[in-house]
Amino acid sequence: MENNKKNIHTISLLVANKPGVLVRVTSAFARRGYNIDALVVSPSFDPNYSTMTITAQGDPATLDQIMKQTVKLVDVIHCNEHTGEDAVHQELALIKIKNVPANKPVITDLVNKFAAKIITEDENIVIIACAGTTLQLDEFETVMKKYGMIEVVRSGKLVMTKSKSST
Amino acid sequence: MTVKQKDTQLTGAQTLLKCLESEGVEYIFGIPGGVVIPIFDALVESKMKFILTRHEQGATHMADGYARVTGKPGVVLVTSGPGATNTLTGIMTAHMDSVPLVILTGQARRPSLGKDAFQEADIFGMSMPVVKHSYLVRDTNDIPRIIKEAFYLANTGRPGPVLVDLPADVSAGLFTGSFDQKMDLGGYNIPPLPSKENIKAFAAMFKGVKKPLLLVGHGAVISKAEKEIKTLVEKFGIPVVNTLLGKGAFPETHPLSLGMLGMHGTAYANKALISCDLICSIGSRWDDRINGNNQEFCVGAKKLHIDIDPAEIGKIVKPDASLVGDAKAILEELIKYLEPMDTKEWQSEVAFYKKEFPLKYDTTKGLTVPFLVDEVYKLTKGKAIVVTDVGQHQMWTAQFYKCDYPDRWLSSGGAGTMGYGFPAAIGAQFGRPHDLVFAFVGDGGFQMTLSELATAAIHKLPVKVVVNENKYLGMVRQWQELFFENRKSGVDLKGSPNFVKVAQAYGVKGILIKNVREARRKLQEAINHKGPVLIHADIIKENNVFPMIPAGKSAHHMMIDPPKK
Repeated sequence: MENNKKNIHTISLLVANKPGVLVRVTSAFARRGYNIDALVVSPSFDPNYSTMTITAQGDPATLDQIMKQTVKLVDVIHCNEHTGEDAVHQELALIKIKNVPANKPVITDLVNKFAAKIITEDENIVIIACAGTTLQLDEFETVMKKYGMIEVVRSGKLVMTKSKSST
Repeated sequence: MTVKQKDTQLTGAQTLLKCLESEGVEYIFGIPGGVVIPIFDALVESKMKFILTRHEQGATHMADGYARVTGKPGVVLVTSGPGATNTLTGIMTAHMDSVPLVILTGQARRPSLGKDAFQEADIFGMSMPVVKHSYLVRDTNDIPRIIKEAFYLANTGRPGPVLVDLPADVSAGLFTGSFDQKMDLGGYNIPPLPSKENIKAFAAMFKGVKKPLLLVGHGAVISKAEKEIKTLVEKFGIPVVNTLLGKGAFPETHPLSLGMLGMHGTAYANKALISCDLICSIGSRWDDRINGNNQEFCVGAKKLHIDIDPAEIGKIVKPDASLVGDAKAILEELIKYLEPMDTKEWQSEVAFYKKEFPLKYDTTKGLTVPFLVDEVYKLTKGKAIVVTDVGQHQMWTAQFYKCDYPDRWLSSGGAGTMGYGFPAAIGAQFGRPHDLVFAFVGDGGFQMTLSELATAAIHKLPVKVVVNENKYLGMVRQWQELFFENRKSGVDLKGSPNFVKVAQAYGVKGILIKNVREARRKLQEAINHKGPVLIHADIIKENNVFPMIPAGKSAHHMMIDPPKK
């Protein structure tokens, strides 16, 4: 899996929707020298709980300790790492490029190829939204750089297990 | 402040006190301030006793001492801002040593939060890394649930401090809710007893082992597993070493006890550590003061770990087998599945170490802590509740006051908090008014919290505090002598007051012990006195604690005696 190569870990958490939870979780990472690359928090289907997806880098032994300390937090219901094929991963990228009429046909082709979508455009810029795996978005980003890319914003990874239980 | 509409209607403060009463709280330690006046107003009508301390750190250590000897959570009530921040050292001390505390801090009114109001401090945020859990109460009607949760969390599973931050308008506001509220702790799990299969597999690790060793820590004391440990030791002939906080989990005077291990442990405990072929920790964290260097710790020996906190498994030492759960319950089961072991040779090996490398002290050069501790040990027949501060005297007290009972040994182990000893002894005396409480402290640590002499005097607590004055911050001086070419830096404690006169100024009896000859008589005089006594011991200036394993080194590097000059 792409994750393991760079010691990048994807961790999902189900947490109580209470003030302070985010700080408690992120300090468990920070204290042990883990740098969080991406963090997504959103309400879960039950308004009392939120889901968090954390992408972070560091050695696996330390991660084991971080996860144990995290799941020990009273407000954390569960905490899992997703390394293999047990889960689907998706993220969203918003990409802003210069609006160059000559590039339009290529852009349209690429948008179609990557199942992306033009969200808005004017005479100066085009904003494209693209969802996919981290690898797909990396690739899309690389391609778009050739066409006057001004800015990219990525959502961070979302993850969901394929099992019957919740992530 | 909202004024009560009718007598039947309760304020948040009154609700809070009702909840504390129903949790069985006897004592609240603390200091008032602006935002907690509604709570202090309600206290006028409460059965609970408020103990006014001289500093919030003192209050927190008192609650800690109370909790360690009673097994009940200690309760602290302080105001916002500096009142709250002054409790942090005590909270961290309790957190490191798994002591149940409930800390109630006042807070600025809700509309002022985050606006730098007078005495506003984000104590909820500041305390986060050193609490088991914490609350900022936002609704008066949540008080019953939060207090119920706070006490439950503090004293179940692995105990620890829980902080409850109460804005002034929440405690002054009217309570319109119900007292009968369910706890909402979805993410909190107390590990159940491991499966029979896991316990059997763990027991199987002992098969074929010739030199098993038990390592008992604070977790064994907290779990009240002393009976099970004794059965395990005596039935299977397994020698025992204990951590600083594991004193009392197994009687240290027992022939199979090797006493404390680690940096300043007994030579025989550390020699057994080097020689054993299996070490089984029961409620210890394998902390760096006992393992020295986790890469070289018990190389070749099987390592087994029993702990209630899953996060402790594999944190420092990677065990060959582990069981997560309550030590007492696990040992009850484990004993059933262990097969008889032949440890005769091993027992004679450790007996040889005990005979060959005993703890010793010298009385020819003047007054020393080991001598005084040993005298107190003899006078109290080993039955006193002993509290230490932090430093050289702490290690000497641990070495020479053999502890045969759980809940009679208090020391700041993980945090190493100077200033802990004296207030913790006061708290212990509140919790166990009929026991003899002895605090051994140094002249450095004592001066950090000595203002609590007032608290001891006001309540006529019969606590005895032995202030060992060597006019140095002795442990640092020892390290400077041994590892920094004796270049003394920042350790000279000149300018300390006459401690006997300080005691007298507070209305406390002061006794000076100048030499070995008069020690016993004066200690007896202190014990006979009904109120608090400060014993000022004029100990020799430069004396070092041995054995010693240098920091970061394995037990192989132990210095049993002072290095030859």
